[in-house]
Amino acid sequence: MLQTAFNALALGSVYALMAVGIGLVFGVLRLVNFAYGQLIMAGAYTLAIGSEHSWPQWASVLACFGVVIGLSLLLEVGLFRPLRGASPATMLVATFAVAFLLQSIALLKFGSLVKTASIFPGLFDPVGHGQFETVRKITIVAIVAAMVALAALTLLLAKTTIGLHMRAAAADFRTARLLGVRANEVVTLAVVISGVLAAAVAVILVVEDPFVEPQFALRDTIIVLVGVVVGGLDRLWTATLGGFAIGVATSVFTDELSSAHSVYVDSFVFGLVIIVLLLRPEGLFAPFRARTVERA
Amino acid sequence: MPEALLELDRLEVAYDGVPALRGLSLSVGRGEIVGLIGPNGAGKSTTLNAIMGLVPPRAGDIRFAGRSIKGRPPERVARAGIALVPEGRRIYPNLTVDENLRLGLAGRRGSGGDGVIESLRQLFPILDRYRKRPGGVLSGGEQQQLAIARALAAEPDLLLLDEPSLGLAPTVVDAVFERLAEIRERGVTTLLVEQRAQRTVAFADRTYALANGELRGIFGPADAGNTDKLVAAYFG
Repeated sequence: MLQTAFNALALGSVYALMAVGIGLVFGVLRLVNFAYGQLIMAGAYTLAIGSEHSWPQWASVLACFGVVIGLSLLLEVGLFRPLRGASPATMLVATFAVAFLLQSIALLKFGSLVKTASIFPGLFDPVGHGQFETVRKITIVAIVAAMVALAALTLLLAKTTIGLHMRAAAADFRTARLLGVRANEVVTLAVVISGVLAAAVAVILVVEDPFVEPQFALRDTIIVLVGVVVGGLDRLWTATLGGFAIGVATSVFTDELSSAHSVYVDSFVFGLVIIVLLLRPEGLFAPFRARTVERA
Repeated sequence: MPEALLELDRLEVAYDGVPALRGLSLSVGRGEIVGLIGPNGAGKSTTLNAIMGLVPPRAGDIRFAGRSIKGRPPERVARAGIALVPEGRRIYPNLTVDENLRLGLAGRRGSGGDGVIESLRQLFPILDRYRKRPGGVLSGGEQQQLAIARALAAEPDLLLLDEPSLGLAPTVVDAVFERLAEIRERGVTTLLVEQRAQRTVAFADRTYALANGELRGIFGPADAGNTDKLVAAYFG
């Protein structure tokens, strides 16, 4: 029971971080970045390469952040910026293309066999004895890392001028620009923060599952994308809660279903998603609005 | 006429090939309040959008303080010293009144933003009273005051107002024009787009009448009572 609760909180936290990363970029660009999972994959491969070449662990982590942030900036300058103002469908298809491109590059470069990334192996040890023997240190680290990252982001958005500009740009980009808010500055910051979160997720996921292959984090990204839509993509906090909720649901189903039935985890999760969308199409956590009454 | 701050030179704008402005030329002198009137679809808002860089001109030029600003993105136009109070006010409903006001500082050149915000709170006392309230709960008139104050926070050289009285009750319109008169006292150069023709002609130093994207006449305050002349400009 304790293990299930901690696992659920941990996966919910990781998915919440991914949801923030996706939600931030969506907020300022109205772009659903389907290639987000491949940024995490690139970070994971960097950790695996570091492991292969016996780099110090801090150097591997630093390189992971560098590669993911660099790729994010490359996407912004090479793709998002030229496509700014294009239709959401065009931008979505473009990120699909990037996702498959990055995945294919990984396949060509590293092959389909897994690479092992041994990073902070001590974090896989149990937290303690007795009841806590089944709870791993990485579970606690994931929860704490998510809380710290979300608190830092909340402070940035609430207390700084650039945070105010980002909130304004997310709500109404055109008016923000008319007021003098620098579009490129705000978008670049959102992309960089999104990249930092993707790198952090890559490190956490690699500690939990050190086997890196071209489809690394792909399933997680699809689940999180569904989660942010279920939560409500229009607001960052509802998207984050959506990511957290679907992470918790996935983890609970995974732990509670017997191993013979574990193949049905996704069926249960997406079945739940369909029910939620039928009952709350505007998003599970979107504010309730008074129903309008048609007048005769 | 004082030295020109804003000059539109044979400006042409089209939407999907349909002309919205046909060779519009006008100028706004430093310290002046200039009106721009005309019926719906005359090209008034298009003129302001073209100045702010929201729509690309097909031909002609826009000069501000002697330099062309044609083709500049909106944030660069704002940071050059032009502030727009957009049609419909475009207040951020989920941000507080204070946050909405502070957003106006984004277009400001130089420091001293806190002092400006304080002086604006004195000019618009309602903004001081409702500092922590979300912008969305203010009434239409209060939102209009917030939108004007937000634009003034940048201490612009030129203020563009797009139909500030639209959708407001007559008494609230009076209050808005009183505020505009106070702004005039501060010497802020203003281009005022309005549908209330007579009131605008009486208020502004000079008023241009537009119809179908073309200039149809120029009026002084003395023409405010000349209904025939105004009607001829609209429909002639």
